[in-house]
Amino acid sequence: MIRIDKLNVHYGSAHVVRDVSLDIATGESFALVGESGSGKSTVLKALAGQIRDWSGTVDLGDVRLSPGKHPRELIRRVQMVFQDPYGSLHPRRTVDDHLDEPLQIHGLGDRDQRILSMLDAVGLARKFRFRLPHQLSGGQRQRVAIARALMLEPDILLLDEPTSALDVSVQAEILNLLKGLRAERGLTFLLVTHDLPVVSFLCDRLAVLKAGQIQEIAGVEQLRHRNLGSAYGRELVAAAEGVAAEQA
Amino acid sequence: MALLEVENLKVRFPSESGMVEVVKGVSFSLGQERLGIVGESGSGKSMTGRALLGLIPKPGVVTADRMQFDGIDLTRLNERAFRRLRGARLSMILQDPKFSLNPVMTIGEQIGEALAFHGRMSAREQKQRVLKMLEAVRITDPERVYRLYPHEVSGGMGQRVMIAMMAVLEPDLMIADEPTSALDVSVRGQVLEILDDLVQRTGMGLIMISHDLNMVARWCDRILVMFNGRVVETCAAGKLGEATHPYTRGLLASLPRLDETRQTLPVLDRQSLGGL
Repeated sequence: MIRIDKLNVHYGSAHVVRDVSLDIATGESFALVGESGSGKSTVLKALAGQIRDWSGTVDLGDVRLSPGKHPRELIRRVQMVFQDPYGSLHPRRTVDDHLDEPLQIHGLGDRDQRILSMLDAVGLARKFRFRLPHQLSGGQRQRVAIARALMLEPDILLLDEPTSALDVSVQAEILNLLKGLRAERGLTFLLVTHDLPVVSFLCDRLAVLKAGQIQEIAGVEQLRHRNLGSAYGRELVAAAEGVAAEQA
Repeated sequence: MALLEVENLKVRFPSESGMVEVVKGVSFSLGQERLGIVGESGSGKSMTGRALLGLIPKPGVVTADRMQFDGIDLTRLNERAFRRLRGARLSMILQDPKFSLNPVMTIGEQIGEALAFHGRMSAREQKQRVLKMLEAVRITDPERVYRLYPHEVSGGMGQRVMIAMMAVLEPDLMIADEPTSALDVSVRGQVLEILDDLVQRTGMGLIMISHDLNMVARWCDRILVMFNGRVVETCAAGKLGEATHPYTRGLLASLPRLDETRQTLPVLDRQSLGGL
């Protein structure tokens, strides 16, 4: 579903993504892990059409992406959920506005019904439909952001740290929701996170990135058994368990 | 005698519908130990820490039956007296070095400022103290870092600078509010180790405020769990797994693990906890 071959991204003179190649199957949930500056979010941005200058080959389903062009057809198939539920919703638009906008832009009918069933699908009571973002909790906002991403019935969901701004108890609710939606709708997930336990819960495979380069691609079983192959991968696991990472 | 004793601490803020109580009668005492305060957003954990330092902004109101630090009654202290205490004997590390360091002062000047405010020493002595402190927080090239501005250092180093600034006067009690949340996982351990090292060497008390149960369990001696403005449970850090309160148990269960195989994570039943 997602095939990336030798993706390279430069920001000015900085080479932030170096020869990243990935092959992600339909219905798979794949994680990109690494620390800040590792280039993991940049890969996501290239797929979402948020950066214009990249090189390499990227195929999403049977559509080949080209830098700087993002056809409407692709927008319907690839949607994104961002980290900060406070920053990613328009403060003066209601939940209904947020969910309706993509339908209007893409000229989809039956809007009322679609919005109601989406509210049900993401576990938001219908009474929230005409509320503004500030009247919602962080978890509810993230449900709205997920609902908005799903309005166009995409095949691929790009998730950029979708739960790291949330409290642990709310994180559990959102993780369960994402897992359920993926099973129900056969979605393909590409998740960016620094939180390895989240990967264990939600993903099938992961790629470890450091300084723009893939260190290794591993199955989630390897992660669960603390059995990552690369030195940097093992360092991340150690850090996740609260042990100070050994300095190289 | 305990270093810090708090009885029935309350923090209130006025709102359109009357006073809202965000800390609802918290009591605890602290010796020369590492105490963790955990809870989710809105639990009142940060407000508790700030109240101890007299940092609740107006129009907030702080009351307590007793709030004593090393024999000093904090409830009767005015701002002037508090300022003499803060930094010198009581200090606080905040979450994000990007926002808590002064961007237009070099790191050396910022750390030296605390020394200049609280004591009298020559410029030369002052600089020596600062360099020694930078070394103590494991900055390998203190002479160079001394001259840098905050934007020229990484997040992890910024946080070490903040620790240096707070520890340079060897306070008796340090309050660290989410000291590692803004940092990458790979440098968190290092920052915590430095804090721990200071506690061991200088014998200062440490209050670590965090939402991260596992981190607090690993780095503290004792834990207070806060929910909805109250302390719902106190336990030894090593026995967090044996916690009995439904909120604590719920939080622990809802956390994904590295070897996670559960299909769904249990979620908190807020309805049943709501009345607490």
